Amino acid sequence: MNFDSGLPIYMQIVDIIKTRIVTGILKNGEKLPSVRDLATELKVNPNTIQRSYGELEREKIVFTQRGMGTFVTEEKSILDGLKDTMAREKVTSFMEDMERLGYSRADIPGIIEKIIVEGK
Amino acid sequence: MENIVEIRGLTKRYDRKEALRSIELSIEKRKVVGILGPNGSGKTTLIKLLMGLLHPNKGEIKIDGESPGIHTKSVISYLPDRNSLYSWMTVKDALQMYQDFYQDFDGKKAEDLLQFMKLERTMRVSDMSKGMKEKLNLALVLSRRAKVYILDEPIAGVDPVARDQILDAIIDNYKEDSAMIITTHLVRDMENIFDQVVFLGDGEIILSGEAESLREEKNMQIDDLYKEIFG
Repeated sequence: MNFDSGLPIYMQIVDIIKTRIVTGILKNGEKLPSVRDLATELKVNPNTIQRSYGELEREKIVFTQRGMGTFVTEEKSILDGLKDTMAREKVTSFMEDMERLGYSRADIPGIIEKIIVEGK
Repeated sequence: MENIVEIRGLTKRYDRKEALRSIELSIEKRKVVGILGPNGSGKTTLIKLLMGLLHPNKGEIKIDGESPGIHTKSVISYLPDRNSLYSWMTVKDALQMYQDFYQDFDGKKAEDLLQFMKLERTMRVSDMSKGMKEKLNLALVLSRRAKVYILDEPIAGVDPVARDQILDAIIDNYKEDSAMIITTHLVRDMENIFDQVVFLGDGEIILSGEAESLREEKNMQIDDLYKEIFG
């Protein structure tokens, strides 16, 4: 796996796991892969995965049960918040792209509506 | 954290040419360190000094608390940058040689690694491709319970499938009570396994640090940083 942006790899792995949670690949309460398994899957140093899990734990998205492993939280408010944050990030970056193309923010809803209608 | 390797003011000259100049480097247990630099930057000289194959003109090296010698050789497992096995050997002969030479050789681990690398015991070194030889050498090197693993250009000149197997084997065999030192100029393929990187150019350390901190600070991946420094 190649990590392309300028972000540290542990942050990019945090994003990969968040995406897996929001898209349902990892379910609420489900056990995350072991540090070693994910290290092998993504071909990165196990210390990096450990750091990613630490960050996710700090954000309360996962929790660790001693001797059992790391699990996705079952608290709905946290997962809803995660989904909301990711949606906001996507929309913000989309709007920045549109502004670079020369559209104003006010133009954007109209363009989206047009494409939705055409797509029907 | 305990430093397993300490290098202080290390200088090595060949005739009048300085191959390494005032190298300072500390490596903790459980770290994977990438020594990065183009050909001729001093990587192999540094490794030969760590292995005790060359002697420094100035400065000192401590590995597991001692200068390179009998003790340090017994705690270092070394993958040279070229095949170190005789061409008449089979995989079985190579296993036997390691078993005889090294007290810390783990036969069970070697079996697992050979299976993972898809190497049969009856295969002969002379019939192997470059990638297969590299995989065999690495399997043997990783089967020792060493304190320091030194891998000199482990993926140079091997095909992409062998390269992935080699990377997987290195990650799977990462040990918390040992350190790994890996030289490479193929930074893009290997950067994700390094905790710490050292950019070596013309015999000097140009830049070194935690890989993740450098990414954050420079806002780029290590491969891009490498191209900026040596490009």
